[in-house]
Amino acid sequence: MGGTRMSIVTVQLGQCGNQIGHEVFSALCSDVRGTHGLCSKKENESYQDSCKERFFCQEESGVPVARAVLVDMEPKVISQTLSMAARSGHWRYNSHSHFCQKQGSGNNWANGYSVHGPRHKEAIMNLVQKEAEKCDRLGGFFTIMSMAGGTGSGLGAFVTQCLRDAFPTSFILNHVVWPYGTGEVIVQNYNSVLTLSHLYHSSDALLVHENDVIHKICAQLMNIKQISFRDVNQVIAHQLGSVFQPTHTAGGGSGYSRNPLGDLMETLVPHPEFRMLGLRNIPQMPENSLPYSAFSWPGLIKHLRQMLIANAQMEEGIDWQVRPPHPGSSIPSTSKPLHFNTSIANLVILRGKDVHSVDLGSFQDPSLYTSWLNPQDAFNAWKTPRAFNKYEKSAALVSNSQFLLKPLDSIVGKAWNMFASKAYLHQYTKFGIQEEDFLDCFTTLEQNLCHIKKHSTQGQVQLTWKLIQELRL
Amino acid sequence: MTHGTVREPGGMPFLGPGAAGTRRRQQGKGGAAPPARGQPPSLPSAPAAVSAERCLFGSGDNGPDIYKGKICTLKARALLIDMEEGVVNEILQGPLRDVFDSKQLITDVSGSGNNWAVGHKIYGCQYRENIVEKLRKTAEHCDCLQCFFIIHSMGGGTGSGLGTFVLNLLEEEFPEVYRFVTSVYPSGEDDVITSPYNSVLAMKELNEHADCVLPIENESLFQIVNKIHQMINSGKLGSTVKQNSLVTSSAGSAKTLQVKPFDAMNNIVANLLLNLTSSARFEGSLNMDLNEISMNLVPFPRLHYLVSSLTPLYTLADVNVPSRRLDQMFSDAFSRDHQLIQADPKHSLYLACALLVRGNVQVSDLRRNIERLKPSLHFVSWNQEGWKTGLCSVPPVGHSHSLLALANNTCVKPTFIELKDRFMKLYKKKAHLHHYLQIDGMEQSCFSEAIYSLSDLIEEYNELDATKGGPRIDPSRLKIAI
Repeated sequence: MGGTRMSIVTVQLGQCGNQIGHEVFSALCSDVRGTHGLCSKKENESYQDSCKERFFCQEESGVPVARAVLVDMEPKVISQTLSMAARSGHWRYNSHSHFCQKQGSGNNWANGYSVHGPRHKEAIMNLVQKEAEKCDRLGGFFTIMSMAGGTGSGLGAFVTQCLRDAFPTSFILNHVVWPYGTGEVIVQNYNSVLTLSHLYHSSDALLVHENDVIHKICAQLMNIKQISFRDVNQVIAHQLGSVFQPTHTAGGGSGYSRNPLGDLMETLVPHPEFRMLGLRNIPQMPENSLPYSAFSWPGLIKHLRQMLIANAQMEEGIDWQVRPPHPGSSIPSTSKPLHFNTSIANLVILRGKDVHSVDLGSFQDPSLYTSWLNPQDAFNAWKTPRAFNKYEKSAALVSNSQFLLKPLDSIVGKAWNMFASKAYLHQYTKFGIQEEDFLDCFTTLEQNLCHIKKHSTQGQVQLTWKLIQELRL
Repeated sequence: MTHGTVREPGGMPFLGPGAAGTRRRQQGKGGAAPPARGQPPSLPSAPAAVSAERCLFGSGDNGPDIYKGKICTLKARALLIDMEEGVVNEILQGPLRDVFDSKQLITDVSGSGNNWAVGHKIYGCQYRENIVEKLRKTAEHCDCLQCFFIIHSMGGGTGSGLGTFVLNLLEEEFPEVYRFVTSVYPSGEDDVITSPYNSVLAMKELNEHADCVLPIENESLFQIVNKIHQMINSGKLGSTVKQNSLVTSSAGSAKTLQVKPFDAMNNIVANLLLNLTSSARFEGSLNMDLNEISMNLVPFPRLHYLVSSLTPLYTLADVNVPSRRLDQMFSDAFSRDHQLIQADPKHSLYLACALLVRGNVQVSDLRRNIERLKPSLHFVSWNQEGWKTGLCSVPPVGHSHSLLALANNTCVKPTFIELKDRFMKLYKKKAHLHHYLQIDGMEQSCFSEAIYSLSDLIEEYNELDATKGGPRIDPSRLKIAI
């Protein structure tokens, strides 16, 4: 591929999408503006240029403009988001790249998908087209949404479909926020089931954050007493930044990776049935503790690996008893110990001091992975000596594994329980989503759950990701 | 085209048929509007405030809304309807007279004689066109019409009869706009003999045409008022109550002597409506709009009666806010004393519950309290986590935080059963029936249909109650063959 770096267009959907989107751009910008990153000046400049090209547009005024489209069905959040960015003085949104209405979607997925979607498709896609055209090379789309409400979830699913139709060869990564298990929205499980099943048809991959997990990180690792949504969103933004800031990929010679979304898909999504990705990032601590902490790569890698196989949500409370089965044995994947988290593919991203000396052999252990993929293909590492966001060393893990099996099963279970009583269905049928539509969605997800549990598919892997990629290019 | 500019939301007209409705809206406007008589506006000056106003108010035809602190052309998006003139006239002579557009009034002289049929059939017919025209006018002034609030009483003739006629009208003329109804239910000692008839006839209309009903009982409001009086007069050391923080005060309006007995009680309802709309008017980290309330709290179309509670009732002036006080606010929201009808949700069955918090409260406070209170509450088996939450950054005047709880709970059943009993007492003897049947359009079947409708509703609640405490059997999941 050519020498130009590819840019990513972000689409922020609904209250959650817009609030998080703002924190993400803030975090990216502040990281780039921050210290020299503990590396050489040349390295730092290359990193800064790469980040800016990827996420921002440089305009004459000098202040970088985020490559983003803001969408919401009511005006308050967008209005706040635009003004907060502008007030920062360090970056801003394009003052025309937003679309909003007055009424909201009422937490109703059907309203977002069947009513707002078609009604506002043209206006929204016009804005997306404009942003896409500003990119020298379009690297794909990053959408941010929650699946609990009405706009991010319903309209978000519709917009993802439109993106797929309008840009058939572009990568689409959906960042999906899973709500607290208890009560943000009563119909959140319905909205979630509808969202996930629809996204499977048009998205390339789903990168998931769960509010419950991030909340625990805020409480136990960040020591925040009165945790606000802003706190949660800032942790999410930090974790996303640790994935999306520039890195050197394995094969790439000099220079930072040019095609971040493509690289991500290629390493992590070998088969379209398995495209839900979990994210872990360590270390995570209050900023004022950083000067007093020292990290070693072996320590970080050891913890990250154990977090993977024991399905730990954060660096505290890791279950060290969980072990992979004996390496080299020919036991089929279905008989692995029950609480061992089997992976399809993993990506580790390392940032900071002495990054090139890190030994990642423990992640290449074949017993971590399913039997049908070559272990060399299943694991990848990206690195940069440039430190991220004041952390001298940081390690992120993006994992296509069974991380989300239990949470997904729980959501489907609760939604099914409610569906059996027919509660709230009249709210959806009045906007055109019928019981049969619900059943289709349940079927899709139960099928997916089965596959994730067994980590197998019918027959052989028919179409590998490489093939899909080749077809696209 | 709406993209490219961010416009403020606008559009929640209030309709107040009858005396109770009219008076209540006056109080509501008092809390929401900047005070009249030259005092500086109490709303913050950021753009958010302008949006907040435009929700419930519109501009008059020309001139600025507020000039040098005086209300000029800011007009309530409201229609005041009464078939006698006394109450409306009082409002038009009171401190908020400039807020109500004289063109948005519909009055008559003789009243409805506490007869639902007079209100619904006679006046309904007579004023239909007039009402529709005025509604359209108000609707046209809205950028985006989201919902109608009807405020009325159930026991009389105008509020009950004409009020439910207007409800029907709204469904016909504006089928996509949500209809929220705040209904004052008569108490046992109501001095209107025919109030059971009026209430049951009105209930049928509410069952069939309202999206959400917030029942209110005077008895509960009265008890809350008393509780506050006791608190103020107890003279407890170190506990001076902030006057403008009382849930019974029309904070923000010019100081008027609350001589009338219903003023304090009505202010509670006004504050209810303010809190209900706060997240639509002000920013917050988790917005909760009115259409979300209907979506989350109404699992089946007819079960749309929501029991409401407001806390705190007052703020103590001298104490800052430790989190224990915050947690007390959540506990109080579930106590019998704070409900606006005579009901005890804690010992009945929840179908769904919404918590709308205002002020400096974060998601962790909300979650901590839900975790804490959940074990003592009974939720229906298919909605064990039936919580809808909202966080609005702006607290009510005089408070650092407040909480509105809305419960779809079977505790509303006793109110309906009592109503039915009182109705049957009269109906069996055919007492006063002729006053109704002599009205054109009224037949015996109106009564029998109305009582069936109420009985059906009670039966639905009974069926749900029967599931309470029973064994929980989750339905089996879909089985996939691969």
